[in-house]
Amino acid sequence: MSEQQLVAILPHILLSAAILVQMMVIAFARNLRTTITVSIIALIATGLAFIPVYSLIPINVTPLIILDGYAIFYSGLILMSTLAVTLMAYDYFKDRGENQDEFFLLLLLATLGALVLVCSSHFASFILGLELLGVSIYTMISYPQKGLLTLEAALKYLILSGVSSTFLLFGAALIYAISGNLQFAELAPVALVTQGAGELFLTAGSALIFAGIMFKLSLTPFHMWTPDVYEGAPAPVTAFIATVSKGAIFAVTLRLFSSSNLIEVPAILTGLSVVAILSMLVGNLLALKQDNVKRILAYSSIAHLGYLMVAFIAAGMIGGKVLAVEASSYFLFAYFITTLGAFGVVTIVSLGNQEMDAGDISNYEGLFWRRPMLAIMFTLTLLSLAGIPLTVGFIGKFYIFTVGVTTMLWLLLSVVIIGSGIGLFYYLRIIFAMTKRTEVNAPEIKIPIAGGCVMATITLATLFFGLYPTPIINLINSLVLSIT
Amino acid sequence: MQLIAIISVLIIGGFLAWLAEGRNRDWPKWVSLFTILLSGLLVIPLFSLEPITLQLGATSSQWLLIYEAPWIPRFGISFLFALDGLSLLMVALTIFLGLVALASSWNEIEHQPGFFQFNLMWTLAGVTGVFVSLDLFLFFFFWEVMLIPMYFLIAIWGHENKAYASMKFFLFTQISGLFMLLSILALVFAAKSMTGSFTFNYFDLVGLDLDADIAWWLMLGFFIAFVVKLPGFPFHTWLPDAHTQAPTAASVLLAGILLKTGAYGLLRFTVPLFPQAAMEIAEMAMLLGAIGVVYGAVMAFAQDDFKRLIAYSSVSHMGFVLIGIFAWRELTLQGSVMQMVAHGLSTAALFMIAGALQHRLHTRDLSEMGGLWKDMPRMGAITLFFIIASLGMPGLGNFVGEFLILLGTFQVDVPITVFASLGLIVAAIYALVAMQRAFQGATIADRNLKDFDAREVGIMVLMMLGLVYLGIHPQPIFDMVEPSLKSLYLLTEPTHEWVGTLR
Repeated sequence: MSEQQLVAILPHILLSAAILVQMMVIAFARNLRTTITVSIIALIATGLAFIPVYSLIPINVTPLIILDGYAIFYSGLILMSTLAVTLMAYDYFKDRGENQDEFFLLLLLATLGALVLVCSSHFASFILGLELLGVSIYTMISYPQKGLLTLEAALKYLILSGVSSTFLLFGAALIYAISGNLQFAELAPVALVTQGAGELFLTAGSALIFAGIMFKLSLTPFHMWTPDVYEGAPAPVTAFIATVSKGAIFAVTLRLFSSSNLIEVPAILTGLSVVAILSMLVGNLLALKQDNVKRILAYSSIAHLGYLMVAFIAAGMIGGKVLAVEASSYFLFAYFITTLGAFGVVTIVSLGNQEMDAGDISNYEGLFWRRPMLAIMFTLTLLSLAGIPLTVGFIGKFYIFTVGVTTMLWLLLSVVIIGSGIGLFYYLRIIFAMTKRTEVNAPEIKIPIAGGCVMATITLATLFFGLYPTPIINLINSLVLSIT
Repeated sequence: MQLIAIISVLIIGGFLAWLAEGRNRDWPKWVSLFTILLSGLLVIPLFSLEPITLQLGATSSQWLLIYEAPWIPRFGISFLFALDGLSLLMVALTIFLGLVALASSWNEIEHQPGFFQFNLMWTLAGVTGVFVSLDLFLFFFFWEVMLIPMYFLIAIWGHENKAYASMKFFLFTQISGLFMLLSILALVFAAKSMTGSFTFNYFDLVGLDLDADIAWWLMLGFFIAFVVKLPGFPFHTWLPDAHTQAPTAASVLLAGILLKTGAYGLLRFTVPLFPQAAMEIAEMAMLLGAIGVVYGAVMAFAQDDFKRLIAYSSVSHMGFVLIGIFAWRELTLQGSVMQMVAHGLSTAALFMIAGALQHRLHTRDLSEMGGLWKDMPRMGAITLFFIIASLGMPGLGNFVGEFLILLGTFQVDVPITVFASLGLIVAAIYALVAMQRAFQGATIADRNLKDFDAREVGIMVLMMLGLVYLGIHPQPIFDMVEPSLKSLYLLTEPTHEWVGTLR
């Protein structure tokens, strides 16, 4: 391994080392403040370590790992989200008794898994990252060990995630059987096979890989776990699953299918279109009947991943790849900010309630008059989820429309419109509940310093990048297009 | 720059009004008043601007003010603000009706006055933006942004069924807006395939030689969004609910200016961008307009709820605008603009009266009114004036608008003109019946009602003067919008001569 390659994976090395340090710190000086400080320093140092990498990209480190602009962009996104989740989790866990430190250890481990995922260029590192991420998340879901809901959520995620990983492995095996290769970029010639057993293996393999991935991305028809896990997991963990976990898996999927040209297989595109349409409709329709904000957000995330799939499908259309990668990156960026904002509010509202997270919509009634700033933040996030202008979510949706129009996916776009229309119902329902004038006997909501800062940053970002998206567009164009 | 200043004043004023509530609950409305007056002051110098001539498609057009700055260069999106006579008239109407809305809610809002004023100011800012944006992305941006504060106005300060009404309002306008966004993007990509670069600039997109089939679909996206807002039959169903449930100030703004954004959009975008396709649908659109005229009038006649009655009368009056725009003749275009302004004033006044009645009687039900003239002679007389204006009495602005539209349409389509004229008769019936039921007849109960005070009379008199002025001396308005209408008209009918002003 050359010196350059060593520099290139310095971020991963640093984060791994930090995890070991964290373990020692917890073993010898158990103190939540110390733990959190180590976590934050580790995340920032890892982020800084990407700066020297920038001058080396693109660079392969062993056949397993590639560092390019795409990897850097998504790593940055993941690290920032993890930082936000860490601060939210600190507020969440600090008043919940002893032994909360290991949670932050798990969070760093999961982040390492996510970083490996976005840099992986080989099925081995793909599975490695996926499992590192997945196993940490099972534990994080059940970490507070309060109530049946949490246990149910952890168990569901454990079993379904395990099953989906086997799908993925089997799919990879089938692809290996015809190509004799596990490296993404080397699969490209295979994608051109259009007859005989080769085609069958190819289609079946890709379909199985996708089935596995759809579990993790909670796309219909593999979405069943989502509302239960979102509801049962502690709010910061839900935020982590919704953003970092889904984002990293989407990023590696897009890299796999884009660099191997597997995405251009017609059968896969047809199947994905069905999945996207189902996700948009099922997600939005089922959200209508929910009274729990966390479940509403779960269904809304199913729908959002459906919107994202429109960009993914566009990447497989003629002349759509460059714009599609740009669009999905911006959409994910917007989705990260917005989702973190939404769960940030849920976290803050839940602080006063040790037993269960404040999921029920009644907790939010009259929030406008009790905690105006918090309510405005939540309103902005919900408007961003609904894709209304002024917010970053609008630019995200604009990108989806743009890429759909370029590649003429009229059917998918009409479903996006229908889905967004239905979506307004439940987003507005929450906003309407917040504006109710009724006096609520809810416990007073205290806004913690860390969480408050995170929320303020997220809100400003929502507005700023909604009004002036150019910096991010330029960043995406200079980094992300490396995989096309 | 002046345009940005006007919008910024309203946006910042909204924030200040909200903050002011923390100090004193009476301050927000004063901040709002100051904001509106300041933006009004900024509008006045715009009337004396010298026109600039600019190429618009195949014709030349006259603009008073153009400002452009890059916004999202990746997609060729810019802050392109431009003002011509038509926009200026609409902006002036917006600011004036903002003042009316503020006056109508002066003593009405007890709950969260700061946030109320914030929403009021932001609605005005959004609508002003709609009238002066000529970058399609920017236009869409303001188009959507004006909905949110209006949603809050209805959802928070509305009446008994506000949840349903506000949701319906938002859904109708938002979903139709998404169709427009789709059309905008498809148009931009069609342009890109011809010129090779992204642009949302109106001046670049007008006069493109689009494939007829594609143009028809794109036109439909714009058409639906604007007709929903107008509202045209059969997309009008959100309007009676929204108007009825909204607080007075929001009703005034909805009827007075938000509906006009739909008409403005048809005039500025739908027809000029897709002239051929718009002509194909013209017959249909005029028919919808005529049905709207008669249907709205008949429905208005059947209402017991005073606000609902006015809401249906809006459907009827805006039907004339739809006919006028799609008849696309010099007379009908002038008439449509006149109708927009006159309807803005008369309906805003009627909603203010309805709000004042509800404030005093705690009901909007006409069957619980009766004999109110005795208690409130000033209000009765003023109401009579606006009822008469609304039914199209010669000498007042509404008559000029409706008459010109019918006169012009007669040259295009006789049956539609005849059918739409029926609306005038029904209008006389429902308007006079409403007047009769509310203010005449026997007094139902002994009530000690407060008549209009100086503030209310003052603002009413302003609107009355406006309508009389429009009715007996409409020429300045025609002169003001003529260059705009002429360039839009020649754009679509290059072979025709603009017959000229009505002198």
